[in-house]
Amino acid sequence: MSRYSVFSVLKGGLTGQTHWGRAWRDPEPKPEYDAIIIGGGGHGLATAYYLAKLHGMTNIAVLEKGWLGGGNTGRNTTIVRSNYMLEANAHFYEHSLKLWEGLSVDLNYNVMFSQRGVLNLAHSDAQMDAYARRGNAMRLNGIDAELLDREQVRRYAPVLDFSDSARFPIVGGLLQPRGGTARHDAVAWGLARGADSLGVDIIQNCEVTGFDIQGGAVKGVQTTRGAIKAEKIGMAVAGHTSQVAALAGLTLPIESHLLQAFVSEPLKPFIDGVVTFGAGHFYISQSDKGGLVFGGDLDGYNSYAQRGNLPLIEHLGEEGMALMPSIGRIRMLRHWAGVMDMSMDGSPIIGKTPIKGLYLNGGWCYGGFKATPGSGWVFAHTIAHDEPHWINRDLDLARFRDGRMVDERGAGPIPGHH
Amino acid sequence: MSGNQPNRIPDFGRIGRDEPLRFTFDGKAYTGYKGDTLASALLANGVKLVGRSFKYHRPRGVFSAGVEEPNALVALREGARREPNTRATVAELFDGLVAESQNRSPNLKYDIQSLNQAIARFIPAGFYYKTFMGPFANTRLWMFFEKIIRKSAGMGTASGEADPDRYDRMHAHCDVLVIGGGAAGLSAALAAGEAGARVILVDETPRLGGRLNQDVYKIGDLSGGEWVEQTIAKLTALPTVKLLTRTTAFGYYDGNLIGAVERVSDHLPEMPVHLPRQRWWRFRAKQVILATGATEQPLVFGNNDRPGIMLAGAVRAYINEYGVLPGRRAVIFTNNDDAYRTALDVMNAGGAAVAVVDARKNPRSTLIDHTRGKGVTVLTGHAVVNTHGHFELQAVDVAPIDGDGAARRLDCDLLAISGGWQPNVHLSSQTGAKPVWNDKMNCFLPGTPKRPEASAGAAAGRFTLAAVLSDGHARGTQAAALTGHSLDREVKLPRVDAETPAPSEALWEAPDPATGHPKKFVDHQDDVSADDVRLAHREGYVSVEHLKRYTTLGMGTDQGKTSNITGLAIMAKLRGQPIPAVGTTTFRPPYTPIAIGAMGGTERGQHYKPRRRSPMHDWHQERGCEWIPAGLWDRPRHYPLTPNETLRQAYVRETKQTRQSVGICDVTTLGKIDIQGPDAAEFLNRVYTNGFAKLPVGKARYGLMLREDGQVYDDGTTSRLGENHYVMTTTTANAVAVMAKLEFYLQAVWPDLRVKVVSVTEQYAAIALAGPNSRKVMQKIVDIDLSDDAFPFMACGPCHAVTDAIRARLFRISFSGELAYEINVPSDYGRFVWDALMDAGAEFGIVPYGLEALGNMRIEKGHVAGAELDGRTTADDLGLGKMLSAQKPFVGKTLAQRPGLTAPTRKKLVGLVPVDGKTALPNGSQIIELADRDKPRPVKMIGNVSSNGFSPELNTPIALGLLEGGLAREGDTVLVAYPLKNLYIPATVRNPHFVDPEGKRLHG
Amino acid sequence: MFRFTCPHCGERDVVEFSYGGDASVVVPDLAAGEEAWFDAVYQRDNPRGPHVEYWHHVAGCRQWIRVERDTLTHEILACGPATGRMRPETGGEGA
Repeated sequence: MSRYSVFSVLKGGLTGQTHWGRAWRDPEPKPEYDAIIIGGGGHGLATAYYLAKLHGMTNIAVLEKGWLGGGNTGRNTTIVRSNYMLEANAHFYEHSLKLWEGLSVDLNYNVMFSQRGVLNLAHSDAQMDAYARRGNAMRLNGIDAELLDREQVRRYAPVLDFSDSARFPIVGGLLQPRGGTARHDAVAWGLARGADSLGVDIIQNCEVTGFDIQGGAVKGVQTTRGAIKAEKIGMAVAGHTSQVAALAGLTLPIESHLLQAFVSEPLKPFIDGVVTFGAGHFYISQSDKGGLVFGGDLDGYNSYAQRGNLPLIEHLGEEGMALMPSIGRIRMLRHWAGVMDMSMDGSPIIGKTPIKGLYLNGGWCYGGFKATPGSGWVFAHTIAHDEPHWINRDLDLARFRDGRMVDERGAGPIPGHH
Repeated sequence: MSGNQPNRIPDFGRIGRDEPLRFTFDGKAYTGYKGDTLASALLANGVKLVGRSFKYHRPRGVFSAGVEEPNALVALREGARREPNTRATVAELFDGLVAESQNRSPNLKYDIQSLNQAIARFIPAGFYYKTFMGPFANTRLWMFFEKIIRKSAGMGTASGEADPDRYDRMHAHCDVLVIGGGAAGLSAALAAGEAGARVILVDETPRLGGRLNQDVYKIGDLSGGEWVEQTIAKLTALPTVKLLTRTTAFGYYDGNLIGAVERVSDHLPEMPVHLPRQRWWRFRAKQVILATGATEQPLVFGNNDRPGIMLAGAVRAYINEYGVLPGRRAVIFTNNDDAYRTALDVMNAGGAAVAVVDARKNPRSTLIDHTRGKGVTVLTGHAVVNTHGHFELQAVDVAPIDGDGAARRLDCDLLAISGGWQPNVHLSSQTGAKPVWNDKMNCFLPGTPKRPEASAGAAAGRFTLAAVLSDGHARGTQAAALTGHSLDREVKLPRVDAETPAPSEALWEAPDPATGHPKKFVDHQDDVSADDVRLAHREGYVSVEHLKRYTTLGMGTDQGKTSNITGLAIMAKLRGQPIPAVGTTTFRPPYTPIAIGAMGGTERGQHYKPRRRSPMHDWHQERGCEWIPAGLWDRPRHYPLTPNETLRQAYVRETKQTRQSVGICDVTTLGKIDIQGPDAAEFLNRVYTNGFAKLPVGKARYGLMLREDGQVYDDGTTSRLGENHYVMTTTTANAVAVMAKLEFYLQAVWPDLRVKVVSVTEQYAAIALAGPNSRKVMQKIVDIDLSDDAFPFMACGPCHAVTDAIRARLFRISFSGELAYEINVPSDYGRFVWDALMDAGAEFGIVPYGLEALGNMRIEKGHVAGAELDGRTTADDLGLGKMLSAQKPFVGKTLAQRPGLTAPTRKKLVGLVPVDGKTALPNGSQIIELADRDKPRPVKMIGNVSSNGFSPELNTPIALGLLEGGLAREGDTVLVAYPLKNLYIPATVRNPHFVDPEGKRLHG
Repeated sequence: MFRFTCPHCGERDVVEFSYGGDASVVVPDLAAGEEAWFDAVYQRDNPRGPHVEYWHHVAGCRQWIRVERDTLTHEILACGPATGRMRPETGGEGA
């Protein structure tokens, strides 16, 4: 694999950029691996990468039913943050954020993680108190957080509505300066290239159709490209976790819901960081290409359709205009939807299952993208040691039965409300 | 000639030559005509350079005559109405139009960033993935370069000012929705309309007719244009047909719902006060006909992006629709017959057709013969391999396509290109009908419909006029029949000359010239070249989606309308696979970009969300209260006596006066649910944790509700007004959700219970009166005996308020811990009764108190509220464990017993006071051990402060919080931590019942 | 943007309803044990295909109804009251 650097690109300029090889191989599946990761999105690829890099497991395969990063990795709004209140989430997402900070160098692939900040707006004193509770928890957990007043918010994002006509005037906000955005596709590609270079077989167009389970332990999978043996199998197929888990006879506390995302036509710099509206469900940032990337609430019903509907689109328009009425004449260029694994407490599930050797990584709700490196890191640890790392210990599947929910919103067991 | 419009051709076009319109582009003044687009007017004035490309800042001109335009993007209008990235090809000209070019500095001609062209070889697709990293494992280097990249990326500049215009929303139902008003759409609408179906026809342009306005056709004895006019007249005469122009159907959604945006006023110089700028339509149709036409595809060859290179069909459009000849000497480069029309039209308009360069080796058709017969040189088996010129095209190099034979240079100022036509399958594809590749026609055709829809005309791959008209008619007839409408007579379609074009042959990329390797652009806007596609292939980004995402192919404002197919085809060739094996591209909505303002419609500013007000709202306002939002409600927060009185001074004063004498508070926002039926008692017994079956008539009881998962859901008092009649109160925040939940239990889970529930929150004004003098005040306005014996604590009952005409409900309940009452009266009487109570209380110095004092008094009493009921607490956490009945099952009981919800380590309700007796313990604080203050983070959080206030009686700030160990730690000192403001306050743990812990005052 | 046939009001737009989740879940007897309640509250089949679900006609009759809907195609297959018989959806403008 040729190393990426400004020099290699300059050199390529003199030779028509013809010296580049494949970023990752396109191997045929072998009959047996030490471990198989189902799902070639960010999480699956990160798991394989860290398994190979940190745990010495290189005889492993990533099985992807379509193209790499074609699920939620390529369908999200690219936000990275760790502004969580509850300890299980805070430690996990902060671990992930730290990995993000070094990811481009680690992978030798620029994933364009840009720490321009994530600002949650507050529109009442009660909301400020709720954010303060979260921000104070973040600080005590060693995570950066700043409480901004109205004037500080105005300086951070002057295009927001500070006029008298705002239905819910901005009171202040909670800023995580180290949060930001990354280039979603690049994360999948960089991890694939990294994992491949360590010997991992990345197999696209290979759908898992069944599990081989004997005596309560997993022995392999059936796929559209034949049976493959492995005694350690990790599922990282968020959006379709219930479907894949059902092949192993598991029922999970997860529902699949639609989340739509939108991008505008490209513009010169308009808004710097990520801003979330506190009086509705709306968040917005600007990509490096110039498009405003925005999204909001779930469409509100179980779905696997990967396409949303008009009521939510209209709703997003209302929310956007309420937050920043200058976007009225900016045009929305594309909208699409991803299928979210909505868990029953709004937090992810990363750990063991009742079947020996079968591991679960899912239930990401809206939080999957930012978790990518952290998720792979702790999942790799869990698979390699057959035990969770302390960082994902409380994000286990058994917590629902035991009543140890990690419910950041306090919304209860209604997946669509998280 | 038209004076200062050198390229305007006399007697051509459908423009209003008697209505000249003035406009400016980059500050320079020009004149066009009514009916022009900005692009046609610029071309008429000989303006060729109109924009710069995204990455290399190459000079670009008008490329198309429609929505597919990748190059001619301008900022339209000024100030708050500035509209960036507007396609000049669809912007209608109006008098006084102001447009500015984009993505250049300092100006269009001298653009500093055009230097990027010089380093183009060093910045191939995806170069940024390989650079700007390290050397250290942080994001600094990237963020440094990112700033520069962000500035040079983007295209237009947004105004940043609030959009001053209005947007409207409309809903419409019809039998048949026809999308597209060209030959097929008009024909379909006429067939369906004459059959009696309710028809709506929408077209994105201002002028119905589609290509009939842009090409020279004969239909029967009429010209194409005359047929269009005649058909419009027939349609207009039909009562069930509605025609909407300037209306883009942008998306096809579930339930056969089509979203569309009508540009009502965008073509007018000023926005009329009575009209919106745009109107958002939801069309719900029984049958949909997609007569969306086709988009001409370009050809890819060296330097194929110079101003003066245009789609062949666009050249005909400018000639025939706008009366503009974009160049004097035209070369036509094609792989199909259709472009030959361009040669003929150019000649007809007075220009010269230098040559037709046809990539096909041996095409034969009457049209080709006819063109040759007009004296046009036809070079078959040839391709344009390079072009010359900078700000405008000057010549092209033409060479045999198989690579042997020298290039020859043809001088020209216009190159019309055609790679064939691609049906606009966007909308059908959005329904999940996967487009099907057709190898003979070299295009995708619509897939098998998944909805009640059918494609017609060019959208269905029918490219001759005869086929288009008969297809439209057939589809229209069929759609009408499917909705129960048919015509009882034969319709004779007009006679149209048969066309027998020679088949097109795929040519996705022309060969390189003999010397040099010029850039061949696939995606003009984003500067994606054929080499970029090859690089993506080389690096393994070979699936369509990887190709698009890696190179940004098709990601521009034109959404790849003229680049996706070519890019896909080049990749297929590189992979040695047929196109369908490589994939189809996803046609994501919207079809063309839509204004976010139109998405939002009318719900702007104060209309974003309704505002709920109590019947006493005006009184509070008159009294000068400060408001606080509570969900959608406005509630008085406090009533400052003077402008200088602070919030704390005010609520402490209100608290004191209430506890010493009497206070009055508007509690209308609490949810009120009327519950009636023989099984009402049983129902309440199931949904509340505590028993309600034995609650006597005339008594109220505090009730606690859990969620099914065992955590606290809501609380409130429920009163038994009659044997089978209760009224429940909920918290303001949960009123809606609790109501829905009760309905669910009754309808879906326990349908056997004979109980009905109805929300009466807005039917009653609710007024609380608290304080030792509250009885005396209340007694003055009600007609029942309020003595402690007659109406003891927790009594409730009907009465009259002020007059016999006002039937009221009185409750002796207390949130403040004082002797207190709550009276509910019909909303219309709320203000009247409030005034009466104020009068009655005047002699006692009655004080209105707001939400802040209300909260303060409940904190003094250790009562929990929203901040404690945060969805993560159990009854035991809140000190309410004794309310969980052991005698009966109730919702949530089973799962509340799980180990995680009963663990001894859970945080439990405590009271807190600052050790120094002075420093407030702010809401949102966390609690840590004193010893952890300076330890490295993370440190363990043992609790948090949920609510805080100030107790005048104890003369100290007080707070409620949740703390590990709960009251077992009574007397301990802990650290209330607010690191966001660097506040660390030692506080003493104590019982949360700060005031009157025995509750004597309630019974006073 | 589907439409349902509310058994009480007739064909109505989805925006009049709020979603209530999987209706194949049987709410256990209040006195039932942890296993039954755990299954009902947390465990979901989450099918990719036909799914019977509750919708609440909040902007109409305020009745909870059941709808069978395909979670992949969004096709409405049948509608019925909260308890009792479902009727196949005829299509109408919906389908």
